[in-house]
Amino acid sequence: MAMKIDVSGLKKYLLPAGLAFLLLINLFLVLEFFGVEVIDRYVKGILILMQINIILAVSLNLINGVTGMLSLGHAGFMAVGAYVSAILSIFLSKSNLPEVLLFPLVLCAGGLAAAFIGMLIGVPTLRLRGDYLAIATLGFGEIIRVVILNLDITKGARGLPGIPNYTNLWWVELFMVLSVLVIWNIIKSNHGRALVSIRENEIAAEAMGVHTTYYKVSAFVIGAFFAGLAGGLFAHYLGYISPKSFDFMKSIEILLMVVLGGLGSLTGSVIAAIVLTGLPELLRFLQSYRMVIYSLTLVLLMLYRQEGLFGRDEASAELLRKWLTPRKKNHPGGEAGEPTES
Amino acid sequence: MSEFLQQIINGLSLGSIYALIALGYTMVYGIIQLINFAHGDIYMVGAFTGYFAILAGLPFPLVLLLAMVCPAILGMFIERVAYRPLRYSPRITALITAIGISLFLENLGILVLSPDPRPFPQVFTNPPFQLGQVTVSIPQVLTFGVALALMVGLTFFIRYTKTGKAMRALAQDLEAAQLMGVNVDSIISVTFMIGSALAGAAGVMVGILIPRIEPLMGIMPGLKAFVAAVVGGIGSIPGAMLGGMLMGLVETLTTGFISSTWRDAIAFGLLIVILLFKPSGILGKNVREKV
Repeated sequence: MAMKIDVSGLKKYLLPAGLAFLLLINLFLVLEFFGVEVIDRYVKGILILMQINIILAVSLNLINGVTGMLSLGHAGFMAVGAYVSAILSIFLSKSNLPEVLLFPLVLCAGGLAAAFIGMLIGVPTLRLRGDYLAIATLGFGEIIRVVILNLDITKGARGLPGIPNYTNLWWVELFMVLSVLVIWNIIKSNHGRALVSIRENEIAAEAMGVHTTYYKVSAFVIGAFFAGLAGGLFAHYLGYISPKSFDFMKSIEILLMVVLGGLGSLTGSVIAAIVLTGLPELLRFLQSYRMVIYSLTLVLLMLYRQEGLFGRDEASAELLRKWLTPRKKNHPGGEAGEPTES
Repeated sequence: MSEFLQQIINGLSLGSIYALIALGYTMVYGIIQLINFAHGDIYMVGAFTGYFAILAGLPFPLVLLLAMVCPAILGMFIERVAYRPLRYSPRITALITAIGISLFLENLGILVLSPDPRPFPQVFTNPPFQLGQVTVSIPQVLTFGVALALMVGLTFFIRYTKTGKAMRALAQDLEAAQLMGVNVDSIISVTFMIGSALAGAAGVMVGILIPRIEPLMGIMPGLKAFVAAVVGGIGSIPGAMLGGMLMGLVETLTTGFISSTWRDAIAFGLLIVILLFKPSGILGKNVREKV
């Protein structure tokens, strides 16, 4: 199947819609200065987590969806970013640096540390393919967690308290928009096409002169950087982190967002991150049945919509129209899930 | 020295549990190339089946049998409902489905059985005996013995029965086997049945060895058993046994001589080292990629 990126769709509809939504949130925030509280702390918290998850999903999509390398250790990079930036900002909070300067600085430091670890892991393991790569990344993710558990500076299993709460909606929005823009542009550049060619057929790509190892490691490092950034935002939002927050299940959670959104579809990742962060909150009324229903929904979705919500297409008005126009025209009595030739 | 021997004994009994779980992973992977993430939870179901069977007052052989039959049925059911419809779709889809099933079993377990750990009723209260310088407990002997018996049985089954032959044929080339008249669906069903039964037996064994069970008990052993299967060479049945034993030994030796908190890191470190130097595992065959 040929790769189709509907750029006009993103530009025409989704980008304005997304920006309008962000603007609306910002308007609410500005109103708060005048004493009008529109959204409460709970909703704000969810909005922050949603955007952190968007950064995570989009960065994993670069590795997993665009380049086609199955990685099961994304939470490890997030952990590195979270711990490095948290320790730095606890250390630097005694200095006189203003928050505006200090926060981006420590976040970048966290991201760079994650990227560095990503390179250390990537160079030897990216020779592996498919499932072996997945297992190696899973192993490294667990090793990162165990190392954090055993170091003194991270306070081990008790977790690291007292991280300054710098993260607010403004900061998260800024970094979310930046991350999505950077990754979107990478995908659309020469570099991105090289990555896609590796996904489609690694041997053919190599034969055409694509330096596959370089491109694979680069995708891994960039993805790790943004995961580290998201980890930093996460740490400074909660004010407390422990190795438990970055276990194998967290990696799986991020992977779910990428797969549900559609491998290689950035808009899909964004929407899936929003849905998968919001859904457990919406299902709260189910109480203890919540996670059972959640996992069952996941299985059913995989059984009946195998290519994720968006497949490889980007969300656009046209795709929406394609969904909404029923397939009855071709197949009056056909089953709903049956693919039809057009 | 006696300390070392003692850790070897502990490692062998723990390793036989890993080996039993790893067999299920490796058999399924060998045939349909699926990392069956729900396998660790099948092991949990086995442990709980054993728990309730013992509480009901059944004799131990019957408990073991029941704890193999129930997971076997569950495994076949999961394959039929969740994996079979996805057999010819992208591998990642089946992988995510397996993760979904795993989450479902875990959360259903929490819902029905409560998340609190329960003590596993002890069947064998005989005191441990001395063997030279080392102490050996009855559960350790039993775990090793049952695992050994099951593995020998499995080896004979795979090697000498018609179904076993069909399973080997499917692992070699699914389409060619189909053309030769092998009923793919039913053989894959049997594979899931055997793998799940072995995991169920491992669940009971771990219950009498480490008497503490909970609905989330399958996650870590499941991951480690999968790692063991990869270390031994995925798709290879002797490889899974070897990998499981190795994993158990490495773990107990790390706990005994380094520190128990580094245990998991060493286990996964072993995996990375093996993958880097021999990606196909210790006993696996190296498959060259063709254009």
